[in-house]
Amino acid sequence: MASGREIRNKIKSVKNTQKITRAMEMVAASKMRKAQDRMKKARPYGEKIRNVAAHMSNASVEYRHPFLISRDSVNKIGIIVITSDKGLCGGLNTNVLRKALNEIRSWESKDQQVEACCIGNKGLGFMSRLSGVQVISQVTGLGDSPNMERLIGAVKIVLDAYTEGQLDKVYIFYNQFVNTMKQTPVMEQLLPLTDERINSKENEAKSARAPWDYIYEPEARPVIDDIMVRYIEALVYQAVTENMASEQSARMVAMKAASDNAGNLIDELTLIYNKSRQAAITKELSEIVGGAAAV
Amino acid sequence: MGTIFHLDIVSAEESIYSGPAEFIVAPAMMGEVGIFPQHTPMLTRIKSGVVKVKAPLQDDEEIYVSGGMLEVQPDVVTILADTAVRGKDLDEAKALEVKKQAEEIMKNKISEVEYARAQAELIEAVAQLAAIQKLRKRGH
Repeated sequence: MASGREIRNKIKSVKNTQKITRAMEMVAASKMRKAQDRMKKARPYGEKIRNVAAHMSNASVEYRHPFLISRDSVNKIGIIVITSDKGLCGGLNTNVLRKALNEIRSWESKDQQVEACCIGNKGLGFMSRLSGVQVISQVTGLGDSPNMERLIGAVKIVLDAYTEGQLDKVYIFYNQFVNTMKQTPVMEQLLPLTDERINSKENEAKSARAPWDYIYEPEARPVIDDIMVRYIEALVYQAVTENMASEQSARMVAMKAASDNAGNLIDELTLIYNKSRQAAITKELSEIVGGAAAV
Repeated sequence: MGTIFHLDIVSAEESIYSGPAEFIVAPAMMGEVGIFPQHTPMLTRIKSGVVKVKAPLQDDEEIYVSGGMLEVQPDVVTILADTAVRGKDLDEAKALEVKKQAEEIMKNKISEVEYARAQAELIEAVAQLAAIQKLRKRGH
């Protein structure tokens, strides 16, 4: 049986760990609120730009943006994988990476090459270790705010590769924020833009009534290009905000579980400690009594 | 209907303005544009500058935007404001930068980038200054 001091040390170290996990839980809880807030604030922009894109795709016939045209043969696939920079957030990153890995395997079996854009450290580490996946761009160390400025460059590389025909399809992987307890890893097709994605039901009804004929200033093409690029960026940005909210809530839940487990462990260890202490006392007593009887 | 339209100014980070307006002036790419209700549908890029909003029964409001897109429909006007300083060279530069990182070539050879960025920042700063001065003049 472990000696009293050993158990006491063990209890102390578990208590310290518990302090850390509890602090992390509280930090994550407060960050989560902010992250959710940011996620909600990003929504109007996404909706508005989708409306504009929908109107535009219905209005202009003379120029169809390459993002809207789907290609017949798909040889190369681009993926944007959004993960967190830090760990200790439960199975969040593992789930999304597993989903990505499954898809990559099925693409590879069809002889389709995969190029990845990694947002977040965890995904970058994973993807760069995978053979058969080439990492073409990455963003890490975003911190707590999804910095649009830093995303632009990474997204542009993917978009350029798509426009130049180096990629035929682009998917995005991230954790969708359902609620605090639940985050689901999702895969969505980013490019080519599907009609369902642009046209929600209400939009369809609206655009059927009034087909817009825009005046473009200065010209149709650059304006449409701009809108399309911004639309994709907005989608990526939204995915990043969702993933960040998911990260914080997953971390909060994971740390809460860790703190609870530490509490249970401490209870058990305390019980063992007390038992061994009592056993030692009993032993000593019986020895004294035995000694006295012998005298 | 007819005398007002709905105005939304949104950026990726937040919704800046949402409400009725009688008239707005925005710094479009080809020069300032004033928009009244029932304007013909229009799509244009806007520069960094001040958007003047005349809301019904309220004082004029001036909102600074750092560029973006302006969409006009007869009853709805949407301004999609950029949060980042944009520019073709700049975007290109950012992409290059990221690419370099991805290839893990950490050579600091971005003097052109710095120049483009500084220029964009300067333009933005000038526009911001102008907005501040305007506000000061009116005694805010």
